[in-house]
Amino acid sequence: MPRRARHTSIETKHYAERDALFDGLRHLDRRAFLKVSAAAAAAAAVHGMVPQSFMPIDVAYAATSGVEPFRIAYISDAHLYERAVNERFVRSLLRAVDDVNHLDPQPDFVLFGGDLAQLGQAGELDLGAQILKNVKAPMHMMVGEHDWFLDLGEKWQALFGQPTYSFDHKGVHFVVLNSIHEDDFWTARGMTPMQRMQTVAGLDNGLQGRFQVGAPQREWLKQDLAKISKQTPLIVFSHSPLYKYYRPWNFWTEDADEVQAILKPFNTVTVIHGHTHQMLTNRIGNIQFHGMLSTAWPWPYAPQGLPPLTIQMDRADPFNPNDGCGNGGVEVHADGLVDKVYNLWNRNPVTVSANYLSSRGTKNVPAKPNLVSF
Amino acid sequence: MNRWPHRLGLAATMAVACWITTSAAAAQNLHGAMPMADQAQKFAALKPKEAAALASTRIDPVIWQSVVPEDNTLTPARVALGEKLYFDARLSADGTVACATCHDVSRGFTDQRPVSEGIRDQLGRRNAPTTMNALLMQTMFLDGRSPNLEEQAKLPIINPIEMGQPDGAAVTKLVANDAAYQPLFKDAYGRAPTYEDVGRALAAFERTLVFLDSPFDDFARGDVHAISPQAQDGWVLFNGKARCVSCHALNPSNPLGTDNRFHNIGVSARHQDFEQLATRAQIELAKNSNPHALDELALSTDMSELGRFMVTRDRADIGAFKTMQLRNIVLTAPYMHDGTLQTLWDVMDHYNKGGEANPYLDGGIEPLALSESEIDAVVAFMATLTDKRFADQAQTILAAQRTAAATKRPFRDNALALRQLIPFEQRVTGKGGK
Repeated sequence: MPRRARHTSIETKHYAERDALFDGLRHLDRRAFLKVSAAAAAAAAVHGMVPQSFMPIDVAYAATSGVEPFRIAYISDAHLYERAVNERFVRSLLRAVDDVNHLDPQPDFVLFGGDLAQLGQAGELDLGAQILKNVKAPMHMMVGEHDWFLDLGEKWQALFGQPTYSFDHKGVHFVVLNSIHEDDFWTARGMTPMQRMQTVAGLDNGLQGRFQVGAPQREWLKQDLAKISKQTPLIVFSHSPLYKYYRPWNFWTEDADEVQAILKPFNTVTVIHGHTHQMLTNRIGNIQFHGMLSTAWPWPYAPQGLPPLTIQMDRADPFNPNDGCGNGGVEVHADGLVDKVYNLWNRNPVTVSANYLSSRGTKNVPAKPNLVSF
Repeated sequence: MNRWPHRLGLAATMAVACWITTSAAAAQNLHGAMPMADQAQKFAALKPKEAAALASTRIDPVIWQSVVPEDNTLTPARVALGEKLYFDARLSADGTVACATCHDVSRGFTDQRPVSEGIRDQLGRRNAPTTMNALLMQTMFLDGRSPNLEEQAKLPIINPIEMGQPDGAAVTKLVANDAAYQPLFKDAYGRAPTYEDVGRALAAFERTLVFLDSPFDDFARGDVHAISPQAQDGWVLFNGKARCVSCHALNPSNPLGTDNRFHNIGVSARHQDFEQLATRAQIELAKNSNPHALDELALSTDMSELGRFMVTRDRADIGAFKTMQLRNIVLTAPYMHDGTLQTLWDVMDHYNKGGEANPYLDGGIEPLALSESEIDAVVAFMATLTDKRFADQAQTILAAQRTAAATKRPFRDNALALRQLIPFEQRVTGKGGK
């Protein structure tokens, strides 16, 4: 396998990776093949274009911090239309609820990761709330931009309360942020609420701003965290990734560096985010980041900026609308670090362990979630 | 008619005992099968004309080349040996079961039973797929655990529930001690019998079972009158609203109507607890994973319901079974891996309501909102896939199915089909349903 191949384009890079994998496949049994795949994924990630700020830094962790190990589950990015308009996304959310209701043992709570609705309409949010009422475990809600920009959060907050809050659970301090604020791009343009919503819902448009946590919420975060010790493990939920992945798609939080600076003094920090609809893993300093799967559709990886620790899944099977979608869980260890579980509906589940991240991708490398070949 | 000339002396009592049962299999309807002698005769009349040329003209030469292994090219001697073995019940431990017992010439080269019956009237767990056109399948068995006909043919013979021989050596000894078989093996493979060659000969014979001469093929070649307007409507639905073609790819390079993949469509979900079984299966397989153990486990326990998962151990394959071919589908009722659907109308009802919701349901399965006339049209289309040699037989079966479906439609669920109730909704809310 070429260790330091130079590629003239994304395509040639793809072919080089593919050839390396096939070459490995010809010479190896299945077990060894999985190792080759994982190695190729890691190698490809290292070769990718990675901004300097993403390069991982080794950090020593506190061994334990008095956490009683527990498990939470997540469902995210349902993007519901009303059922008469699109029944498939409704079916997928129902499927996810069925999944978490059948977990044994049950999770301590279930996080909904944002984008319950597609266009923030009352009918969509009501439908989502009605379906999520069937979740047996306690629910925590997070808001996404698709829930927000029709009425700037009015309906969502009427249903689910404040979008920014914190709570403690079994020794871990949890924070839920609203990371999808944008500067006002609509008033000057005289946009209707639906035009505003549809602009934010689009990708690759130059009209909208970038997501941000914003100064007032950062101030709230500082004050909230002032109450806990630096040894308390911290798990932060945000809809957008709290780092800078790919700006044209808003896989991005504009004030991510400022938020990271607030989190940095804490020994054990995990950020779990929605929005990207894909398996996504990052580590910046002591902060570990995990993406969540969508129940509605998988996004492809962005053309650049993919964090190097990401265990990439290959293209979703176009014949199976569920492929690349799913839900998942978070296993919280005694030291406050977490293993992230991607429960892919059409593939084997993948666990991205804390050990994998702590070792900068050298230990416990998960197998790539490839489709089974003939 | 006795296919086995009596050559045994009085001294060989064991052989005589075997001989008597063999005689019975040749002449009686054991396990519901047409007597072997009659089947052989029936087959002689049906025998595809292409068999003489040893490569069907209905199969593209490139595809043909890809399905015939280099070490088992078709020769008349190999096909003749395979044919003799196929109808020979002496290959089973008690002399009552031949390949042709469950892959019966008179019953669509299957047994037309929900699950198959082996020696000592033991029932397996799965529906016997037809051997017609099986040569074009990319994998064998409903879970695809065998890569080709050669490997497949060897397993039922030594499966304790099917033909019950202790091992391949016992079978080799049986044919090696038979004066009639000795020259046949010599002619076919130039050596004394081996169990590998038993598998090869059966595979060679099965590669002559090409039944792809149907009214639909005439239609596809341009004869617009070859199938009825209703069936033509069904063909349009097949490729569109009914979504059949997503898995049942049917085209010149894929003439069977299967994607050769494995899908959970929820058939098992009606009577099994998948998650418990999956856990149990992983424990069992960790203990013993040789191919024969898997074969026996699948047939003798509920784990058979886990389907492809037993081969791949991939969680997404739990309850997934191979997409079956559509050729001659009227002849091969009952349907699905466990034979639980009696008619093609039941099959349509199952798909129309979006399968059966379960945690491993294939994402491509969704409610279809087909009307009754649309269902009739798709069934009419499927009937045009019957090889002309079976036209009369198929007509009788289809008429019986239509009569049964007129009063019994156990899987019809309009609320789900028309999306008034959404799959998984009932599981999640506990409300709704029929």
